[in-house]
Amino acid sequence: MQPTISAKERMQITRQAMPEQDAHERSGNFKEVNLGFSEQLALLEAQRCIQCKEAKCIKGCPVMVNIPRFIKCITDGDLAGAARSLFGDNALPSISGRVCPQEEQCEGSCIRGVKGQPVAIGYLERFVADWARTQGGVLDTTAPVPSGKKVAVIGAGPAGLTAAGELVKQGHDVTIYEALHKPGGVLVYGIPEFRLPKKIVAAEVDRLTKAGVKIECNVVIGRTYTIPELRAQFDALFIANGAGLPVFMNVPGENFKGVYAANEYLTRVNLMEAYDLPNTNTPVLIGKRVAVVGGGNVAMDAVRTAKRLGAEQAMIVYRRTKEEMPARVEEVHHAEHEGVDFQLLVAPLEVLGDDKRWVTGLKCNRMELGEPDASGRRKPQVIPGSEFVLECDVVVVAIGTKANPLLTATCPDLKLNKWGNIETDANGMTSIPGVFAGGDIVRGAATVILAMGDGKNAAKAINGYLEQA
Amino acid sequence: MHTILAKKQLSPNVTRLDLLAPRIAEIKKPGQFVIVRAKEGDERIPLTIADADPTQGTIALVIQAVGKATRELVALEVCDAIRDVAGPLGHPTELISSGRALCVGGGVGTAVVHPIAKALHAMGVHVTSVIGGRSREWVIFEEELAKCGDVIVCTDDGSYGRKGFVTDAAKEVLETGGVDIAYAVGPVPMMRAVANLTRPYNVHTIVSLNPVMVDGTGMCGGCRVDIGGETKFACVDGPEFDGHKVDFDLLADRLSTYREFEQRANACADGQCKIRR
Ligand SMILES: Cc1cc2nc3c(=O)[nH]c(=O)nc-3n(C[C@H](O)[C@H](O)[C@H](O)COP(=O)(O)OP(=O)(O)OC[C@H]3O[C@@H](n4cnc5c(N)ncnc54)[C@H](O)[C@@H]3O)c2cc1C
Ligand SMILES: Cc1cc2nc3c(=O)[nH]c(=O)nc-3n(C[C@H](O)[C@H](O)[C@H](O)COP(=O)(O)OP(=O)(O)OC[C@H]3O[C@@H](n4cnc5c(N)ncnc54)[C@H](O)[C@@H]3O)c2cc1C
Ligand code: SF4
Ligand code: FES
Repeated sequence: MQPTISAKERMQITRQAMPEQDAHERSGNFKEVNLGFSEQLALLEAQRCIQCKEAKCIKGCPVMVNIPRFIKCITDGDLAGAARSLFGDNALPSISGRVCPQEEQCEGSCIRGVKGQPVAIGYLERFVADWARTQGGVLDTTAPVPSGKKVAVIGAGPAGLTAAGELVKQGHDVTIYEALHKPGGVLVYGIPEFRLPKKIVAAEVDRLTKAGVKIECNVVIGRTYTIPELRAQFDALFIANGAGLPVFMNVPGENFKGVYAANEYLTRVNLMEAYDLPNTNTPVLIGKRVAVVGGGNVAMDAVRTAKRLGAEQAMIVYRRTKEEMPARVEEVHHAEHEGVDFQLLVAPLEVLGDDKRWVTGLKCNRMELGEPDASGRRKPQVIPGSEFVLECDVVVVAIGTKANPLLTATCPDLKLNKWGNIETDANGMTSIPGVFAGGDIVRGAATVILAMGDGKNAAKAINGYLEQA
Repeated sequence: MHTILAKKQLSPNVTRLDLLAPRIAEIKKPGQFVIVRAKEGDERIPLTIADADPTQGTIALVIQAVGKATRELVALEVCDAIRDVAGPLGHPTELISSGRALCVGGGVGTAVVHPIAKALHAMGVHVTSVIGGRSREWVIFEEELAKCGDVIVCTDDGSYGRKGFVTDAAKEVLETGGVDIAYAVGPVPMMRAVANLTRPYNVHTIVSLNPVMVDGTGMCGGCRVDIGGETKFACVDGPEFDGHKVDFDLLADRLSTYREFEQRANACADGQCKIRR
């Protein structure tokens, strides 16, 4: 037990800063930027929580993690209890603690944020999860009674991994089919090492396989097997194949050498390990001046990757201002500190190239913000006559992704919406009985925590479905 | 793991590997490919499924050793295993069910043409294959293609078959008339030449494009090609397209993106690499 402190003392503690690698040093390496709280920092930060009865943070969390409960355990010095509480609510806290947009979710709702800084819930979540991982043996791993039911999960991203973990706990025989050679989805091919080390994802995957989940990589559903074929072999299916189809700008010159979709750029560097060139086998172009088009997490990851690969100038090209950027605030700050150049209110018109079709620049318009559009954000408008050329030798397009039709095209019975996303009912069940879906393939490009939430809910619904069957 | 059950050198730099991949062997169709990684850490490379034996559960890959990944693959021996094989990927070949087909294969492309010729022949199509190589020892799949119809062999030096390029022989076939469809697989300049050749004859021509790929599932967009002014992803929309609509210049240009890296990787493999960080 820790000595109790008074309410006044609690209020006097200021938000603890996350220890991080020096900005100059880190912009030249791929090691994780945030170093994590020490036990001492975690305790101090945890004491800032005033244990609200009607905790707003819980409502702000898409999966309703009981935040004050696990924080209370930290202040009580019961880290094992904190871990059991946290993992009971959220299967992959070491991941969500690192990548959730906390400022819009739990921390955005935290009462302490009304006058001052919210409790650093994300940092505490990460601290507890990392502690549990390095400690080992904290979490309950008793084998459940086999149910005799077989469930297939398609896609080993956060939605699929979470669903598989929950389903195996219920004694089901679970097989995940993954198209790539490694499980993890965006967590391994998209989000870079400096934000989410691969060993953390690997440890979570390891935990699942130890619990009995079978993972078959290199199986592309829609090609190797179709959904109807799997449906005939399994008692239920969960489709979580993400929204991995890159969207391009549709401007002239976009197929020149040196233009990448962010997915390709990041996959080469992360999954295929080009960050370690020349010691690895998959190449990536190292630009001197790299222009990344977009303002979300994907764009921040790409531009910070470019910097680390050795770009002299790594630029964000975004048609609105920093305020409208959908990226996590922390990533924008980190990018600024690392020397990323922000070209704001700028919209590309054309990719320019030389006679060998190597990229030489981006022809752009300058923009200004007009009236709010449907999304509530002010609509960017072209400033007439403002055309200019931004010199660059690599362009990374990070303006979004949409549903990949590879799987759905081979299963015409699956009802889709007009964007090609799978439609589900409140339980996550699709138009085919026994076939559930969740994550980005249902929501369009969303977040890790929403994908995990879908996985958890679908697992619950699948249990219900299998009990009835 | 996919164990290699048979290995055969077909020409000075082309090797055939038969490996275990039962599910792919069972369902693959002509024109489809797999993405392969020989071992952990290797590049993902696309290779066409040249043949399959569903009863044995094997697929055949015919590999031209051009760089690091392909050289390492052909260095594997029987009983060795390939770590990752994903597929079958891509759309199956658009086939006709009667009439006459011209199949043109250049170099390793001949191995890719073979499953197409085989399927056409099985449907009763009259197949004429025109295949070529630098000289006699570079000609592959002649015997297999002879089982599917007529074969005309061309060599650059005239050491075997006729002297000259495949396009010369293909032109003669087209001149005889009655060709309903043409398939061309080989180096980019050859496919472009065949497409240009068939255009005046109005013969629908299918080519198999080989852009650089990563995932092979439509996720990365690296394999984009221009087909009649429209951007397509070769791995999911192809790899076969209407040869009369393909922007071959763009394809050839994009294929050179990583030349510097490839040359360095090759030099390293030859033990000439001095600059290692
Ligand atoms: C670069 C980047 C950065 C991001 N940063 C953040 C962030 O900081 N915070 C945040 O909350 N969100 C972030 N996101 C979004 C988040 O990663 C996604 O919302 C989330 O990963 C969706 O999870 P999912 O399980 O639905 O799909 P995915 O993670 O996309 O996983 C889908 C899996 O299915 C596999 N698959 C696809 N098709 C098939 C098939 N036919 N057969 C078999 N397997 C298949 C894929 O290979 C993949 O492994 C980021 C996304 C990207 C690309
Ligand atoms: C659909 C498809 C089917 C193919 N089928 C066959 C086949 O049956 N037999 C065969 O020998 N070859 C085939 N290829 C080509 C083969 O994939 C490349 O030769 C191989 O990737 C080269 O790798 P490397 O490391 O040995 O050579 P590198 O030195 O890396 O490259 C040599 C050349 O190969 C091409 N290349 C490099 N990396 C890739 C990549 N990841 N994807 C595609 N091309 C690349 C480039 O043009 C490069 O200039 C096919 C390609 C495609 C797209
Ligand atoms: S809202 Fe903030 S102070 Fe209240 S319980 Fe949640 S974390 Fe603690
Ligand atoms: S290889 Fe990645 S989209 Fe085709």
